[in-house]
Amino acid sequence: MPESLLYGTEVVLNGLMAGVLYALVALGFVLIYKASGIFNYAQGVMALFSAATLVGIMKGQVPFAHLINAALGTEIHHFGWHVPAILAILLTMGVMVFLAWAVQKFVFRHLVNQEPIILFMATIGLAYFLEGFGDLMWGSDIKTLDVGLPQGGSFWIEENTQWLGMGNENFYGFFLDQLDLVATVIATILVIALVLFSQYTKQGRAMRAVADDHQAALSVGISLNFIWVMVWSVAGFVALVAGIMWGAKSGVQFSLSLIALKALPVLMLGGFTSIPGAIVGGLIIGVGEKLFEFTIGPLVGGATENWFAYVLALVFLVFRPQGLFGEKIIERV
Amino acid sequence: MKLKFASMALGAVMAAAPAMADLVFPSLSYRTGPYAAGGIPFADGYADYFTLLNERDGGIGGVPIRMIECETGYNTAKGVECYESTKGEGALVYQPLSTGITYQLIPKATADDIPIHSMGYGRTSAANGEVFSHVFNYPGNYWDGASGAVNYLLETNGGDLKGKKIALVYHNSAYGKEPIRTLEELQKKHGYELSLLPVDHPGQEQKSQWLQIRRERPDFVLMWGWGVMNQVAVQEAANIRFPMENFIGIWWSGAEHDVLPAGAKANGFKALTFHNVGRDFPIFDDIQKYVVDAGKAAGAGDQVGNVLYNRGMYAAMLAAEAAKTAQGIHGTADITPSQMRDGMEALQIDEAKMTALGMPNFGPAFNVSCQNHGGPGLVGVTQWDAANQTWSLISDFKETDGEVIGALVAEDSAAYAAENNIEAACK
Repeated sequence: MPESLLYGTEVVLNGLMAGVLYALVALGFVLIYKASGIFNYAQGVMALFSAATLVGIMKGQVPFAHLINAALGTEIHHFGWHVPAILAILLTMGVMVFLAWAVQKFVFRHLVNQEPIILFMATIGLAYFLEGFGDLMWGSDIKTLDVGLPQGGSFWIEENTQWLGMGNENFYGFFLDQLDLVATVIATILVIALVLFSQYTKQGRAMRAVADDHQAALSVGISLNFIWVMVWSVAGFVALVAGIMWGAKSGVQFSLSLIALKALPVLMLGGFTSIPGAIVGGLIIGVGEKLFEFTIGPLVGGATENWFAYVLALVFLVFRPQGLFGEKIIERV
Repeated sequence: MKLKFASMALGAVMAAAPAMADLVFPSLSYRTGPYAAGGIPFADGYADYFTLLNERDGGIGGVPIRMIECETGYNTAKGVECYESTKGEGALVYQPLSTGITYQLIPKATADDIPIHSMGYGRTSAANGEVFSHVFNYPGNYWDGASGAVNYLLETNGGDLKGKKIALVYHNSAYGKEPIRTLEELQKKHGYELSLLPVDHPGQEQKSQWLQIRRERPDFVLMWGWGVMNQVAVQEAANIRFPMENFIGIWWSGAEHDVLPAGAKANGFKALTFHNVGRDFPIFDDIQKYVVDAGKAAGAGDQVGNVLYNRGMYAAMLAAEAAKTAQGIHGTADITPSQMRDGMEALQIDEAKMTALGMPNFGPAFNVSCQNHGGPGLVGVTQWDAANQTWSLISDFKETDGEVIGALVAEDSAAYAAENNIEAACK
């Protein structure tokens, strides 16, 4: 196989893996938009907040320690215990459910029937609040996240694909990060679970009913309040998964909140209302940006991925404004 | 009655007026935002050193220090706001702590007759004091860093880099691009191959760059990164099993938080430096006693001895020594910003002085002059020990290529002088 084809294949494979990670972030946006029509600007910050909460719980960190110490003159920072990862994830989910309830009770319940732009603005406010609240609660240092996920290139894949080079000494076998492989498996399970949930459970069907027409859903006895809390909780869980995957790479730090930027072109491409769209959009963006960087990047000085993702999304947008899988918006007079 | 009224009026005026006897050192810090992890230890070190001087020595030359901290969030616009809101307090010197803020403040501070100390960042050609009268970037700058890295590679490769491949992974910004020209000039001299790999802000996704490194197998990788870019780069290097001892970061890529997320795999990663690392200096005993144990630390006291804490402390020490020099030159303890500038230009740091300060071999010995605001550009190398979670200085502070850097400084500063109608001369 020619060298460039081998390397191109490696880039495509890694692009697919990167796309899965983008899709994980995009899923959270889709869930909330689908159920409530809110574009949740705070989704990236939710990923940061959930990951920081997870690390804090695992390490037995005292929340608001700096504030408590400053107010009481104490020197307490840790409880002195370590919580196993699985239990910490469950406890973090509890925190995210509480957050969903609080967001619903104190913010969106008061904004029912407001214009979408008002709801969007509310999520901007929520993002900045959560950013500062998270800092105050867990500190702004970079936290190491270790939930036992494997990292680094897979030796097995490298060794078993080296023959494709047919004696080419410059080809060392395909590189695939084990973390990305795990992320792919988790994202697949997550999407299947979400689809099954929305298709085959009572709550899932109620969620879809609310998404279609919340007034009609109300009239048949569906509690809007419960559905919205549930959707925000599920989005919180998706944020936690994304936070774990991205946080395992870079440590848990402020920049995790910026991963939302990676989800925007995915949403533009896949549509704001489709769970499969988020996955397919993520894959197209991941492969597209990596291939462009591989082929055209060297000719234009590199660093093309950030802007090319948006160009690609714009091209799709021109032909399908609702995105590849989005629902066509028909306004009747 | 008149006397009582006059006394009251005088009291009111004195209460309202700023305390003129203080030596004011603003700290343009960033404890929030994407770069807070780097900003907090630096700000803590900067503040704690001044607190130590106040608590132990009663200030500088008997005059208490007043440090004003202003949060910039590493945002240039906020940094300029901080400058404007604090300069009227009698600010003696600004540490902008951001290349973007430094560029904005150069003309403003020069016009206001207030010196700037951009230590290891900012505009590199500000080393030419005849053009940049109020900007100081001693003891080293980015071009020294690039040359220091090449010198270190020469030293560890038998003095020959011909045919070797060096890749530069850099933040795709003005900061990240700083070393390119120097590395290209040194490439002509030493015959290595240079490849450039930009990473867009914030640098959370670098798969393409590291796949390219895996394909091209450079002998060495240099990094000019900041923020999350550092942690991801170290992790990606570990993922492709790039030998960490051949991976060298600039001094803004070599703190504890840059390597800790990668765990044991980061072992052996190197970083350039212009000051020493670790806690094994007598000064830290005093900081513990007079600042941390006294409950007067700027933060939680948990940053003491970290790389960036040491850098902040070192910056404060250089500022305090320049203030002492200014007091000596002008024969007054209550110096003005203009006099502080004179002190910075006459600053002499030698080993005896650093030892007396409890900081033996903490940084290079150097003298500042009107012609040279950048110092000698002595650069050392540190290495990360993942098992003990410590950085160690593994080389002396060594000279950089003055011939190449001097020519670049002269060229760039001449261009700035021409653009701004500045006549190069000593003030």
